[in-house]
Amino acid sequence: MAAPIDLHEVMEREREERFRTRWRVKACSSTACLSAGAGATIKAVEDLVEREDMALEVQVIPTGCMGLCSAGPLVRMMRRGGDESDYQKVTPEAAIEIVRSHVLDEQPVPEYELDVTMPFFTSQERVVLANGGVINPDRIESYVAHGGYQALEKALTTMKPKQVIEQIRLSRIRGRGGAGYPVASKWGLLASAPGKTKYVVANGDEGDPGAYMDRTIMEDDPHRVIEGIAIAAYATGASEAYIYVRAEYPRAIERLDRAIRVARRNRLLGRKILDTNFNLSVEVRIGAGAFVCGEETALLASIEGLRGTPRLRPPYPTEKGLWGAPTMINNVETLANIAPIIDRGGEWFASLGTEKSTGTKVFALAGDITNTGLIEVPMGTSLREIVADIGGGVPNGKEFKAAQTGGPSGGCIPAKFLDTSVDYDSLRELGSIMGSGGLIVMDEDVKMPDVAKYFMEFSMDESCGKCTPCRAGTVQMHSLLQRLTEGNGSKQDLRDLEHLCSVVRDTSLCGLGQAAPNPVISTLQYFRSEYEALIHEEEVVHA
Amino acid sequence: MSDTTTRRVVEASNRQQGDHPSGDNRFELVDKHLKRARYEQDQLIETLHVAQDVFGYLSEDILIYVARALRLPPSMVYGVATFYHLFTFEPPGDHSCTVCTGTACFVKGADAIVQGVSDAYSVPTGETSADGSLTLKTARCLGSCGLAPVVVLDGSVLSHQNAESTLELVGTAVGGEG
Ligand SMILES: Cc1cc2nc3c(=O)[nH]c(=O)nc-3n(C[C@H](O)[C@H](O)[C@H](O)COP(=O)(O)O)c2cc1C
Ligand code: FES
Repeated sequence: MAAPIDLHEVMEREREERFRTRWRVKACSSTACLSAGAGATIKAVEDLVEREDMALEVQVIPTGCMGLCSAGPLVRMMRRGGDESDYQKVTPEAAIEIVRSHVLDEQPVPEYELDVTMPFFTSQERVVLANGGVINPDRIESYVAHGGYQALEKALTTMKPKQVIEQIRLSRIRGRGGAGYPVASKWGLLASAPGKTKYVVANGDEGDPGAYMDRTIMEDDPHRVIEGIAIAAYATGASEAYIYVRAEYPRAIERLDRAIRVARRNRLLGRKILDTNFNLSVEVRIGAGAFVCGEETALLASIEGLRGTPRLRPPYPTEKGLWGAPTMINNVETLANIAPIIDRGGEWFASLGTEKSTGTKVFALAGDITNTGLIEVPMGTSLREIVADIGGGVPNGKEFKAAQTGGPSGGCIPAKFLDTSVDYDSLRELGSIMGSGGLIVMDEDVKMPDVAKYFMEFSMDESCGKCTPCRAGTVQMHSLLQRLTEGNGSKQDLRDLEHLCSVVRDTSLCGLGQAAPNPVISTLQYFRSEYEALIHEEEVVHA
Repeated sequence: MSDTTTRRVVEASNRQQGDHPSGDNRFELVDKHLKRARYEQDQLIETLHVAQDVFGYLSEDILIYVARALRLPPSMVYGVATFYHLFTFEPPGDHSCTVCTGTACFVKGADAIVQGVSDAYSVPTGETSADGSLTLKTARCLGSCGLAPVVVLDGSVLSHQNAESTLELVGTAVGGEG
């Protein structure tokens, strides 16, 4: 058996490497920037370095998401021991100009410079995304150089499993997958479950259409996810783990697969991890395009190679999960928070955010908003700060109309609640949910009944068909919405729709059906007049 | 299909020796996966992915082949395959156009793009045009919401699309074949 990785030695070596050249060019090579042409930009810089013999002066480092996706490709010039300049919309030509100007003339290029003093950057608090734009996700050394696997080493060598769970309890972290269940309680359940075989499962299904937090975490910091899984498994007595990733994320699958292999080679996974008695094997499992598979019991069925239909709980997975053995499912972002908690202590984590929603939350900011991208803010940040300051407001002089959170299970929050604190409980009070972190801004032109119909179509398509309220109810609600939005609806249709909402919510088997009416309920609550305006009947009462 | 898979397929079918008993060497790639997965039954979904990657779609023959290899009833394999949206049972067209209809793209007008392509090529979403030139698909969020609306045409990601711009690019791709 090879010796385990020496974390401190790797850190030292990386430090030397970092200062080897006078310049480091960090180029975002995350999905959004790649779509915007980052591949050609990086190639142009690499060619330049070769052509002009700059290899001793400049090293090019591809990194994960730098955040401001709408301004990609993003590039950062870093001078040894000194200043940094960030650049936006860097075409291959611009990249050449920027690198030459810095390296040869010590001059920045204002034309493409990105203002990092704007609230988009200054109002964020990056815990989960701390490594985004910093490390090279393909190199474990890069992760280690920024403190990676220290938490695992600390847990395995200085803490008992109970003490690990105690830190999680102190952090008061709640699950990031949607429901906000206290993480420590779930870990405690698995730890106390009887039996030798126990599983930890990372939920990377990210079904919310309009969200890409988990994707970015898996692609840009795969080792962070693995480290979180390993700590979770150690704390709960599990020796096998799965990461369930949707097939639409081939890059995340590839990166995780590779990271697992590399971690195993370095004795961070496998047998006798870091020369302790802790063993853990981790495997990636791939979904195949079914939203319901994000639901934990459906997900387990899918890992077993079956149709991904949910089942009634109890028994909860922590009692009876994969192949009947106790299993704990945590969302990818939840797991990405674990290493920092163990590193810096549960109390530190609890000092971020609000009393009942601690820590930070990553949001994918999209829709009718100036700065689209990935952001991370302390829980409790107001919606206004996210939309107006960080997001830069609604473009084209249009008015803000609503923010949608929670995807097909969530709701639309109108302008009058812009000062709401974004945390689990406040959003629920408004009839939406935190969800996994998709945050779509809609301007005055968006018609709310259309939005409700859009999500209902989604839920209808994605209903697995096992229970009748969800299978038939979503079809009925969709056809009512169709009739209404086409202008052929009646007052009775609207009454039927409201009635169906409560029936489907109260009688569906799993969270998909139970939450499917939410977009309708919330738009009816806040934008009822838009529905009423669609009804061209005599008896219509104008609001 | 990814580039590496394409290359492997080409390599496999060029090979003279080690012909697969079925007469179709592409099955070798499926076999290779099965072997690596130790023929475990819970590897069904992974195996179907590999088969679809290699063949482009899942024909009845392929489903039966997978069922036999994993010692599963064909009805169960069929049941699993049809449950998941990503598996297709018809050969794909020469070109593929996937329009993202995730929330961000929806808000930015993805519907008009779907409608535009669908009308212009008389192809309903999820199907292939009668002449086999174009398959029109929709996807739920490609994770590039900042570039909405997003379209993927033959594997390349197109950002900030509208119906006209997409139609023009689709036209070039499909027409470019001559
Ligand atoms: C229909 C449905 C879809 C879901 N999709 C996801 C998902 O994509 N990702 C996720 O992490 N959790 C999803 N969940 C929540 C999971 O069931 C589960 O609560 C979560 O993964 C637990 O992790 P956490 O405690 O860390 O949040 C979904 C739930 C339902 C009902
Ligand atoms: S909604 Fe289209 S890329 Fe996310």
